[in-house]
Amino acid sequence: MAVTRHHAYLAAEPAATAADSAVLSNAWLLIALPLVGAAILLLGGRRTNAWGPLLATVLPVVSFVWAVLALFDLLGRGADARSVSVPVYEWFAVGDFSARINLLVDPLSITFVLLITFVGSLIHVYSLGYMAQDPGKRRFFAYLNLFVAAMLVLVLADNFVLLFLGWEGVGLASYLLIGFWQDKPTAATAAKKAFLINRVGDMGLLVAIMIMFTAFGAVGFSDVFAAVPGAHDGVLLAIGLLLLLGACGKSAQLPLQAWLLDAMEGPTPVSALIHAATMVTAGVYLIVRAGPIFEASPAAQLTVMIVGAATMLAGGIIASAKDDIKKSLAGSTMSQIGMMVLAAGLGPIGYAAAIAHLVTHGFFKAGLFLGAGSVMHAMNDDVNMRRYGGLASKMPITFATFGLGYLAIIGVPLLSGWWTKESIISATFGLGGNVGLVFGSLVVLGAALTAFYMSRMVFMTFLGEKRWDEGAHPHESPVSMTAPMVVLSLGSIALGGFLVAGDRFAAFLQPVTGAELPHFTVGHAFTSPYGIAALAVLVLGVVAAWAIYLRKPVERTAPKGNLVTNAARNELYGNEINEDLFMRPGQVLTKALVVIEDKVIDGAVNGIGAGVRDSSTGLGRTQTGFARTYALTMLIGAVIVAATLAVRF
Amino acid sequence: MNALYVADGAPPSLPGITEAAPTLDWWLLAPVLVVFGAGVLAVLFEAFLPKKALRPVQITVAAVALLVTFVMIVLQVEAVGDGVVVAGGVLAMDRVVLFLQGTITVLALISLMLIAERRDGRDAFSAQAATVPGSEEERRHILAGSQHTEVYPLVLFAVLGMLLFPAANDFLTMFIALEVMSLPLYLLCGLARRRRLFSQEAAVKYFLLGAFSSAFFLFGIALVYGYAGSVNFTAIRQAVDSGGAAIFADGNGEPLLIMGIGLVAIGLLFKVGAVPFHNWKPDVYQGAPTPITALMASCTLVAAFGALLRVFFVPFGGSLEIWEPMLWAVAILTMVAAAVIAVTQRDIKRLLAYSSVVHAGFILTAVIASSADGLAGAMFYLAAYGFTTLGAFAIVTLVRTRDGGQELGDLEGWAGLGRRAPGLALALSLFLLAFAGIPLTSGFIGKFAVFEAAVAAGATPLVVVGVLSSAVTAFFYIRIIVVMFFRESEGEGPTVARAGALTGGVITVGVAATLALGIFPGPVLDSLLPDAEAGQEPAAVMVHQVTEE
Repeated sequence: MAVTRHHAYLAAEPAATAADSAVLSNAWLLIALPLVGAAILLLGGRRTNAWGPLLATVLPVVSFVWAVLALFDLLGRGADARSVSVPVYEWFAVGDFSARINLLVDPLSITFVLLITFVGSLIHVYSLGYMAQDPGKRRFFAYLNLFVAAMLVLVLADNFVLLFLGWEGVGLASYLLIGFWQDKPTAATAAKKAFLINRVGDMGLLVAIMIMFTAFGAVGFSDVFAAVPGAHDGVLLAIGLLLLLGACGKSAQLPLQAWLLDAMEGPTPVSALIHAATMVTAGVYLIVRAGPIFEASPAAQLTVMIVGAATMLAGGIIASAKDDIKKSLAGSTMSQIGMMVLAAGLGPIGYAAAIAHLVTHGFFKAGLFLGAGSVMHAMNDDVNMRRYGGLASKMPITFATFGLGYLAIIGVPLLSGWWTKESIISATFGLGGNVGLVFGSLVVLGAALTAFYMSRMVFMTFLGEKRWDEGAHPHESPVSMTAPMVVLSLGSIALGGFLVAGDRFAAFLQPVTGAELPHFTVGHAFTSPYGIAALAVLVLGVVAAWAIYLRKPVERTAPKGNLVTNAARNELYGNEINEDLFMRPGQVLTKALVVIEDKVIDGAVNGIGAGVRDSSTGLGRTQTGFARTYALTMLIGAVIVAATLAVRF
Repeated sequence: MNALYVADGAPPSLPGITEAAPTLDWWLLAPVLVVFGAGVLAVLFEAFLPKKALRPVQITVAAVALLVTFVMIVLQVEAVGDGVVVAGGVLAMDRVVLFLQGTITVLALISLMLIAERRDGRDAFSAQAATVPGSEEERRHILAGSQHTEVYPLVLFAVLGMLLFPAANDFLTMFIALEVMSLPLYLLCGLARRRRLFSQEAAVKYFLLGAFSSAFFLFGIALVYGYAGSVNFTAIRQAVDSGGAAIFADGNGEPLLIMGIGLVAIGLLFKVGAVPFHNWKPDVYQGAPTPITALMASCTLVAAFGALLRVFFVPFGGSLEIWEPMLWAVAILTMVAAAVIAVTQRDIKRLLAYSSVVHAGFILTAVIASSADGLAGAMFYLAAYGFTTLGAFAIVTLVRTRDGGQELGDLEGWAGLGRRAPGLALALSLFLLAFAGIPLTSGFIGKFAVFEAAVAAGATPLVVVGVLSSAVTAFFYIRIIVVMFFRESEGEGPTVARAGALTGGVITVGVAATLALGIFPGPVLDSLLPDAEAGQEPAAVMVHQVTEE
């Protein structure tokens, strides 16, 4: 009888070096601290109202400090020894099977840990001010902590199953926080929508994991990647596309993008942390982490690039037409993540560029969202940019920090966004051939859109004439809100240069990506054709926005738009497409399934149940209560024993 | 490691009638002797101490004896090393035996807490067992507050048998241990305070059927002796490997061996309660005083399986191909029939009895695996199940028809327990989930360990049956949870007796062990058979030399 043994399927075989320092061997604390915070706040109830939010703010800060120590620990090792396996818990080991949880601390995961804990900490601080008057403040902070813990599980997992656990955890936290003001029907609906659309993506990831387990007998990163070279092309393509489906759901990429704009119903700090800086970038992380699978399947890689490019353009178009400041920013997020996904689809040359852009984007986009929150705070929670205007003088700090984020995201030379966007552009063109030309041009087009919609946003919000509602008294936000914005704007200025200049970040990630260093130089970025093109479209975008939104007064109600504008305002009819293509057929299918469930499945289940019950009653009759019957049964048993002893296998 | 054979291959000198008295390793015999001595002492106390002082003295003697025994067993783990045989080769002492003995002692100690528990000055036992149920004389004894403190020496003797049963290194010792274990239990089963006729009926049935099975067992021993020329386990193993005793030079003695294996197996399968030798279990479990049921469900099962493992792995370890089909049939029958019958049970004690039968079926898969891994899995399973089942029966003693009334067996009456006694209902839910094998309980790890071993040994179909059977059992375990939490009680609903310190302690230990062995099973799993290698024959980790070195 053939028996296959699945060796240690819950954990990767530690190809990584073992954790030998106190900082790394206790890396589980990174996750445990915010998790404990969430537990204390949720279980402690009202007793923790007074100090709970403060505790919840301190814990991610401690995690961040720990992550910095871990980073220096890693930097103190040779480049080859920077992938460290941290055993956390061995549940049990039976025979040659063991169930255990290991974390993987390597350059890629520590990058994310630093981003999550740093931006997360800032947003906790910001929320102290933003949510000061909210009755559900404690619950809010508990969910934020829960999110940070789950996101850290996602990036620190050393196998796909644990990654999936974190994946679902961030989905849950996202659901709870989008619907945080659940008494608002729009918020409740948006939360449900995000949850449902994410289920589609999650199923993709889940099925991908199942295929890995079936095909390779493993789900650990190193085990799976070791099995890739010998795997069938079809299997790899299937896994790659399903992973991409998972990434699309979480990162709001086409065709699963529809939830992100509605998700802006959540409190603004949530939009900044979850729906701009961290969770929505999990898809990019997944694609980069699963790089060896995509690299072995060019078809899957091309699909990734197409999805990324399409989303980049769609997001930019939507962002250009939305008057709701947060929704416009959400469109921008879609677009930027699309750019990262495209870069991640390039293979090893794109990984470092994608992740570097992800990190700088995390800073400036979080800063932009916090700035938007600050503006909303000042304008009685009005989100319509057509009723803003001329806020620069009333809110100087917000204007300055938002302005820096704006300059960074549109790629003004030497600010953060320029470095990372140039990296992506040069990596895309560097692919060579028509493919490189087509996608490279698309990225430049995306950059033009970015310049347009971001300029539009700044012009409509901070410059021009006042279009405020009566009774609006805009004012600068408290220091707990402005301080995080200031810190993030520093990142918008300098982080990109720090990461990209001298290939610092690419070299750091090299043990994971295995890519050659891109040799990024400032001179080349200014003199290469595509560098010049990027600068040209930047100017073009800004000028176009100036012509439409600053030179002429902006109307307080949206003017009648043309076909393209209307489509963009309606999110390119994504919702309608979803409803017609999936929702209505889905509803019909559901009705049909209910009938099948009632008649066929329940019938079968009940039939089995009744069968067991009847046999139970029948067999129970042998229990007569008479010792003589029992002795007879034993004698029959003896006959059975005798009969089976005569049998030989 | 233990040598299977004496090095030079010469026939071993069997322990027969010899001139010189065998040397005795008193230290290794001490645990058994302490329990035996305490039992004898308790009988003397029963005769000479004043009635009033008896109860506290007897409880103290029993508890101290069991405690001392446990400590000694723990201390001996180092001393036995890879295992030794003692007392002229009649007892084997190795890690497996010590683990089982230690488990039995602890479980017996916990059972003792239930046995000693009293409510309103009354324990679970008849005031005067010799009186006719319902008679004037019985009432006089009840009013006078009479009690049977003989329970305690009886328990000690039963435990003595249980300690010897898995340690026996030859069939005669094993048979004696079996009887020493069983005879006190027959008596104890008939001592219930309430529903006495029912209890006595159970005792008589248990005795009759027990005697019947002993006859099979003994006849089997005789046949095996005829085949091998010895009752010693190693000698039998050697004889099997060399085609029988010298008189069967042409190997034509095998029918004797086959019949012997079958009859011995029947005796052991009766004790573990495998189908179709299980009929006694529901009746006896239901009729016996619940603390005694708890003792049998935990300790007796461990002892019986300990003996069964040793018999199938050591003397019959070389005859795998003979008994494997038989155990397949019995295991499948046990897992399927008991699970199915349990579905329609309405009485909690009968349900737990059938549950115990199903669990016996699961453990049998580890026997069939016939590997060191399977042996370790079975050991873990037995300990885990013992703690959980003790906790479950402790709860059974608390749920009553009315204040001071008798135990409420009918599960329909348990509706609303979740509201009335949420802590108790939660604890029972945990035990039931552990029985069902839900992860993060000890039951899951145990089940996983035995099934894993069975799969590794190529018995996958058996595991498929086991998993399906688990699904059926999950139905009736979870139904109890549903009844407790989600059904409104009709009328007054169950009354929950206040848990005394002793019963409360038993439940607490049960919960703690069920969770600890479910969440952190590593240390226990790792220490069971630290020297075992994957795919090793189980006999390699069980001592079976013929004589002391």
